[in-house]
Amino acid sequence: MAELSYPLGEHHRSEVRAQTGRTADELTVEAVRAGRVSAQDAAIDPQTLLRQADFAERGGNPQLAENLRRGAELATFADDDVLRFYDALRPGRSSAAELEEIATALAAGGANRCAALVREARTHYLRRGLIS
Amino acid sequence: MEGTPGRSLRSAFLEDGAVSRDVVVPEYPELGLIAFASPHDPEPSIRVEDGRIVEIDGTPEAEFDLIDAFLAAHAIDPTVAEEAMGIDDLSWARMIVSTDVPRTDVLRLVEGATPGKLARVLSLLSPLELMQAMAKMRARRTPSIQGHVTNRIDHPLLIAADAASAVALGFRELETTVPVLRDAPLVALALLIGSQVPAPGALTQCAIEERLELELGMRGLTTYAETVSVYGTERVFLDGDDTPWSKAFLAASYASRGLKMRFTSGSGAEVLMGAAEGKSMLYLEARCLAVTRAAGSQGTQNGGIDGINVTGSVPNGMREILAENVLAALYGLETCTGNDTQMSASDIRRTAHTLPLLLAGSDFLFSGFGSIPTYDNAFGPSNFNAEDIDDYMMIQRDWGFEGALRSRDDATLLPLRRRAAEACRAVLEELELLTFDDAEVERVVHAHGSLDVAQEQTDDTATAGDAVIERGITALDVVRALAARGFDVEAERVLEMTRQRLFGDHLQTSAIFDEEMRVLSALTDPNDYTGPGTGYRVSPERQTEIARVRQERTHADLLAEQAPHAGCVTLQETGPAAAKVRPDEVVIGVSPAFAKEVWLTLSGVTVGEALRQLLAGIEEEGVHARVVRVTHSLDLGMVGWTAATLSGSGVALGIQGKGTSLIHRADLPVLANLELLSVAPLIGPEHFRALGRNAARHAKGGKPAPVILPESSAAMGPRYHAKVVALITRESACLEPGPARAVEVSWPS
Repeated sequence: MAELSYPLGEHHRSEVRAQTGRTADELTVEAVRAGRVSAQDAAIDPQTLLRQADFAERGGNPQLAENLRRGAELATFADDDVLRFYDALRPGRSSAAELEEIATALAAGGANRCAALVREARTHYLRRGLIS
Repeated sequence: MEGTPGRSLRSAFLEDGAVSRDVVVPEYPELGLIAFASPHDPEPSIRVEDGRIVEIDGTPEAEFDLIDAFLAAHAIDPTVAEEAMGIDDLSWARMIVSTDVPRTDVLRLVEGATPGKLARVLSLLSPLELMQAMAKMRARRTPSIQGHVTNRIDHPLLIAADAASAVALGFRELETTVPVLRDAPLVALALLIGSQVPAPGALTQCAIEERLELELGMRGLTTYAETVSVYGTERVFLDGDDTPWSKAFLAASYASRGLKMRFTSGSGAEVLMGAAEGKSMLYLEARCLAVTRAAGSQGTQNGGIDGINVTGSVPNGMREILAENVLAALYGLETCTGNDTQMSASDIRRTAHTLPLLLAGSDFLFSGFGSIPTYDNAFGPSNFNAEDIDDYMMIQRDWGFEGALRSRDDATLLPLRRRAAEACRAVLEELELLTFDDAEVERVVHAHGSLDVAQEQTDDTATAGDAVIERGITALDVVRALAARGFDVEAERVLEMTRQRLFGDHLQTSAIFDEEMRVLSALTDPNDYTGPGTGYRVSPERQTEIARVRQERTHADLLAEQAPHAGCVTLQETGPAAAKVRPDEVVIGVSPAFAKEVWLTLSGVTVGEALRQLLAGIEEEGVHARVVRVTHSLDLGMVGWTAATLSGSGVALGIQGKGTSLIHRADLPVLANLELLSVAPLIGPEHFRALGRNAARHAKGGKPAPVILPESSAAMGPRYHAKVVALITRESACLEPGPARAVEVSWPS
């Protein structure tokens, strides 16, 4: 997608695609009734999240932009994996080695920013004695 | 009653008042029971080495706790830090308030400031300056409002109907929660359906345990999340079962599914969890908000929240709450500003908590106005609840501020409630989750709350909730079921909420959908307030809508009760009134519209009955009476005095159509009197009779004890004043110059 303007739903309704490649216009009640729409057809595409990150950055909020870029990385991970990674980061859930494994898994899936976040957490959890 | 030694009856009375049920405490800084500037708050500082933050508020890098470390890595911009921290506190405070310094300039500097610095700066602002700062710094220009929609038995149809009512009233975000966790999937589903019945686009949320909340969002059964809690000390953060990093990951998880999300924090939480580290409430909240910004949350719910009663117990507590809200705006966050927990047993005190923020404006004025009755609020009572909705509408009307709600009558609400309940029932049937009979739908439609429906708390809702999870039911199943049962409009609207996830426009700061599905966010609708004539202004159309409240009565409405009593007495005018016919007479002067255009006094006594009682009282004393109509003035003093100048005894009664009466004497100044019954709504037949008697006694040279009306503390002015004005317009219309006229009184047989 080239130069896109916010809001996408207003200006680019027929161009924005789900992860499956279908557009919002293809998500019709008839298609749903006919069983021709899957949950993935309603899954936001990483590219769209990156565009939103650009809008946030231009709007003066680099942290929100960073969050949307992390979201773009996670968009293609399965629900269960996302839930599992989140749980692993909560206090007392994982060892340092387990956090490193998660970081590796994230990086392997192209989620380098998320991997960095997990490694950063690991460093500080270790320093504060939360994990060993 | 007598006082006891050392204790007055006034004190006894006050100690019985609602506000005396509120317990407040002195400041205990060591416990964190201090609003601003604890002696244990750190001296604000920052140190940057090689582009890295190595000291925050007196703590060197080696001693950073998890929060400091997270802020150093993600919150504070090292390139702005020295500039921002170098500005003295007072200059900072003035920049925040000044309409000459653009909002965006302030936002840029905040990126380099530490929590300690900002907390100290905000402690310098007065309540009025905080309001000004809120008006200037909040992200979205157009204020909006969130409502709680819950009930004590997790009744799904009632949730759907109440969601429809809430959206009809103007709520754009609906938050629910459940007494029984397993009910959550069904309640979220019902809320989603009901929320789309009156108009498209309201966002819905189910506040439960973080992981399940995310799962419901992933399935599209909710469209945003809010209860992502952060805390200001490391220990409480960990006790809350998260770290800044796990919360940041959670924020990214929501974004990855196209779900709107905001964090939540609020003063008092650290005190309640016993680990405030002796820090002031505002300082700890500043740390929470810095974490919120650092983690990339677009917004926050803050301003006391669950800790409001702790904050409310210390001096300056409410100023601290408003300062928290301003601080959230300073961090560039969507402000969803509390007012969602009952702050006081006193109506005056809880209103005083909320009003300044209402007048200043906020992205969401409430992070949960209780749209349902207090007893049904599964979060606990909000600061404003369904019982207060008309009060809120009236306050909005009084001040003409944007309170984001509008009055809706039953003719509008009942069909929407029915549609929502029917749609929800159809989906639950279609998905083979639960069934409800017609009678229950009927009860739900008309219910004030869950006490008005038949269903009791049952495990069926939880079992159906389990099925939603186990069968992997999503918003698409809801769309399919709605369409299968003929709810095409609702099917399309629920599907549109799903489609919107593909765009992600609502992930930007302060984003909501209006009723035409336009995105209002910090990007499309940025707050551009720079003083009078700028920023959000209530449009003339909206003013008209705000003015239309349930209690509004036209003059025609107010006068409608007069007509049935027309002719209750006939006053036949026979020419100019004679003067001083006999020495033992009392003349009764009636006002221009009395028994002509005005037939019912404010106490509900007809003018015929009032006149009959005055005459009877005079007759009891063996004194003669005459009636005259004064037409050149509607002033009661002038009416009575004019009659007195015609009276052989010099004594007269005066009476207006609304019932206000007096005894006058010709030698007194016009505006004086012998006796006055001024509170017309309290004047009953017996008082008119006693007043007639006293007039006769004055005529005989006696000194009667005055008539005393019953004591009352009721608010007469607001109740009767509009009617008084309407009746006065009728008196005024009957004004004619010329002398008083004699009248013959006759009664219908």
